[in-house]
Amino acid sequence: MTLEGEAFSRAERDDMAIKLPIYMDYHATTPVDPRVVEAMLPYFTEKFGNAASRNHPFGWEAEEAVEKARKQVADLIGASAKEIVFTSGATESDNLAIKGVAEMYREKGNHIITCVTEHKAVIDTCKRLEKDGYRVTYLAVQKDGRISLEELRAAITDKTILITIMAANNEIGVIQPITEIGAIAKEKGILFHTDAVQIVGKVPFNVNELGVHMASLSAHKMYGPKGVGALYVRRRNPRVLLAPIIDGGGHERGMRSGTLNVPSIVGFGKAAELCKQEMAKESERLRGLRDYLNDKLHKQLDELYINGSMDHRLPHNLNISFAYVEGESLLMGINDVAVSSGSACTSASLEPSYVLKALGAGDDLAHSSIRFGLGRWTTREEVDYVADKLTSVVSRLRDMSPLYELAKEGVDLSTMQWQTEGH
Amino acid sequence: MAYSNKVIDHYENPRNVGSLPKDDVNVGTGLVGAPECGDVMKLQVKVNPATGVIDDAKFKTFGCGSAIASSSLATEWLKGKTVDEALAIKNTDIVNELSLPPVKIHCSVLAEDAIKAAIADYKKKQAAEAKTADTVAQPTA
Repeated sequence: MTLEGEAFSRAERDDMAIKLPIYMDYHATTPVDPRVVEAMLPYFTEKFGNAASRNHPFGWEAEEAVEKARKQVADLIGASAKEIVFTSGATESDNLAIKGVAEMYREKGNHIITCVTEHKAVIDTCKRLEKDGYRVTYLAVQKDGRISLEELRAAITDKTILITIMAANNEIGVIQPITEIGAIAKEKGILFHTDAVQIVGKVPFNVNELGVHMASLSAHKMYGPKGVGALYVRRRNPRVLLAPIIDGGGHERGMRSGTLNVPSIVGFGKAAELCKQEMAKESERLRGLRDYLNDKLHKQLDELYINGSMDHRLPHNLNISFAYVEGESLLMGINDVAVSSGSACTSASLEPSYVLKALGAGDDLAHSSIRFGLGRWTTREEVDYVADKLTSVVSRLRDMSPLYELAKEGVDLSTMQWQTEGH
Repeated sequence: MAYSNKVIDHYENPRNVGSLPKDDVNVGTGLVGAPECGDVMKLQVKVNPATGVIDDAKFKTFGCGSAIASSSLATEWLKGKTVDEALAIKNTDIVNELSLPPVKIHCSVLAEDAIKAAIADYKKKQAAEAKTADTVAQPTA
């Protein structure tokens, strides 16, 4: 294994035959980098101390490891170590940021602005606050998946205490205009939180350059372990105060009580360090592979629709609707490839992806969508395999699709009367 | 989601995919579901006018694996049945045969609807044909 650049050298990768199933769902989670595992291991056994034990070397050793990790995570986003609060993951970070601000700044106002394509960890937290008397504005997104800054400005009232807009979307990879939102928040004196889970470690993300006051991070999306995350909480210009949602021993400067998960935090730190070192090269490589996948699919198939902006998008994300083919049947045909679909049938709710619906593309295209997430171990050979397999399955399913047949006969599907009742 | 072997078999080797001539008076076409709901089935039957038996059945389905399997199975069952026997096929028969889980029961309902729609279309065409035959026949009678 090479330490600089990539986990495997090109020669090593070329030697490897394609191993099935292929994992191309890196937005869902990532494998832990072996270098991260190595860093974590001693902290399960010989270095098992409680980081809050101040009276003996076991505690000091654990605390030192945690503080090193805190610095590593802070360095990745241009923060200072004291601004990092470790949590159990980004869902907790989102809850802490939003509920913490809501409670702390209740005297100042009760209005929060977010967006319809946010992760459920943000949307459901906001919905909970609505039940407690807060008012929430859910901004729509434009066809490209980004919010309108004019609509954001128009939504702000003198009661607005928080803007929470994700940095990059988990389904379509679309990057929101964070710098501009940060500037508006600063101008209006409103706190700005961003769920930065998908972007951090993938492309440069600097809290000072972006004017972010709080940012949620997750280790398992960046080749670290599951069950650990962080909330960046700005300490000056302005100093953000949060009411804790978990009470207890006053860990993490009172913002998040609970014994620190030392091995996972060490792993998170190492993962952040590796991302910082390798991000530039890795994202270029993945952008090349992603574009290659996209080009290849477009050469081999017609009637493909890219969901969301291609210009403002994570380099390792692609989200395509394969018109006239239903997503779950598509996944069934490529069952040796792990990807996700926005199809209703992939979830128990029978509702297609709310993110894709928000783009206004139509439910039928939401049902036909596939999300590709490329990552550290994705190879060109895998991309070739996935593109070719998809081409054959899509072609087969289109031959079986009454919609494709109608479209080829020149029927405009949008003007047809469909029997929607009861289904 | 885990699929039963029968669903996988119908998905991988669908029976009777294709189309019959829509304008044929002996062909009934049912088109049910909606793209925004994630499933659309087109099911066609060709009835032998002399015997009233379904000689041929074809389908095309936009939908999940269970929807494809339900319609594929339906065409298999339809062949050789009389129109009345075909109308007796219930969605629960499909659920049992394919071991569909509760979230996929709507696929079997859609297949039953498709059968009924195809046969209704066939009957409508036959009635129209009989009427045309009457009006055409009258002057000479």
